[in-house]
Amino acid sequence: MSPDLLYALAGVVLCGIGLFGFLLLEHLLRRLLAFNLIGSGVFLVLIGLAQHRNGPDPVPQALVLTGIVVAIAATALAVVLIRRYYHLTGHTSLADDGEAQS
Amino acid sequence: MRRRLLLFLTLAACAGFTVALAAAVLHAAGAALPSALPEQLAASLGSSGVEHPVTAVLLNFRNYDTLLEIGVLVIAGMVGISLASTSSLEDPALRSSDSLLYALQRWFVPLMLLLALYLLWAGADRPGGAFQAGAVLAATGVLMRLGGLPMEFVRPGVLLRLGLVLGFAVFLLVAVAGALAGEAFLAYPPGMAGGLILTIEIVLTLSIGMILLALFVAAPVSDEHEPEEGAGP
Amino acid sequence: MNWWLDGLLIVALLVTAVAMLVSRDLFRAVVMFMAFGLLMAVAWVRLQAPDIALAEVAIGAGLSGVLLLDAVSHFQRGQRRQQPPEGK
Repeated sequence: MSPDLLYALAGVVLCGIGLFGFLLLEHLLRRLLAFNLIGSGVFLVLIGLAQHRNGPDPVPQALVLTGIVVAIAATALAVVLIRRYYHLTGHTSLADDGEAQS
Repeated sequence: MRRRLLLFLTLAACAGFTVALAAAVLHAAGAALPSALPEQLAASLGSSGVEHPVTAVLLNFRNYDTLLEIGVLVIAGMVGISLASTSSLEDPALRSSDSLLYALQRWFVPLMLLLALYLLWAGADRPGGAFQAGAVLAATGVLMRLGGLPMEFVRPGVLLRLGLVLGFAVFLLVAVAGALAGEAFLAYPPGMAGGLILTIEIVLTLSIGMILLALFVAAPVSDEHEPEEGAGP
Repeated sequence: MNWWLDGLLIVALLVTAVAMLVSRDLFRAVVMFMAFGLLMAVAWVRLQAPDIALAEVAIGAGLSGVLLLDAVSHFQRGQRRQQPPEGK
């Protein structure tokens, strides 16, 4: 068991926490945070698993770098959509959740 | 009561997911290695045109991923801009009125531009490269925007469109030109890899910075008026 | 020594992640998210991936933090006015 594998397992737990938050939280911005948490967990699993036996590996590192940039673009786009949604409806959570809550 | 049941079910499902994923990771960690990727990479690094392995993977060996990535970013930027309904970039309501920000800005904007340039240049032989430089460039733009510095180029127009597609267009042009010259699609002609990679990195930096900045600028929604659906600014 | 450092870092990552999701205040959640980004950058350095660490510092802690804080202040301004803008 190397430290890299420990990081991979931490990534697994982060995925679980993020999924839980993504399913249960109602505020859209909090869901976005949980979604980013899942992303970070996936990146950690990818790097930790690839490197735990034979040291630093540039190929998954490059893929994760690509993934981080795509993730920030997705986050920025989601913020634009959430603010637009808030502007049009005045809510910060989806309509279905509001009904389930009441 | 129903809510508590829902909470419990979600918790159980997420715990099950985590345990299954951990088992999969441990199983994969024990499996035999299919190939020695780092050794292969180190062996062919000399022909890639750059010395830093991560940059070599990003812009030479797996540049198809990078091409698709900048394509995704361009699409995200276009969607963001088409959703924007902000009228004036120098809207006083959108500006932060923090005197500390003004003082810091005078020092930080030139320093961050310099840092972006350094990161771009460093990508050839040590950690750094187009993505990091693009992110720093976007952060510089965000700082300028919050301080209310005039930025004509993020106003919808020719310059914005050019900046958005520049990286993707140049990358695609190089790829197609290589294919027409008899190489494989996205393969660089021998001897020109270093120069082409540097060119692509420069335009990628500009485009990534521009797209992220455009997405940030597109976010505010002014309350006063709502432009017609599909109407141009 | 190194095991302690890795273990401490991972515990800090998990605690920050949970604190981000359970925080009542949205502003605090976003600040936790930025702290999480910085801790992730340290984790990438520990995983010998300096490129990702650089990107994570610039993006995870800097850019997305500003983006989300801007959105939070927008929501809180809207709530303070106590009259949600009417949809058309």
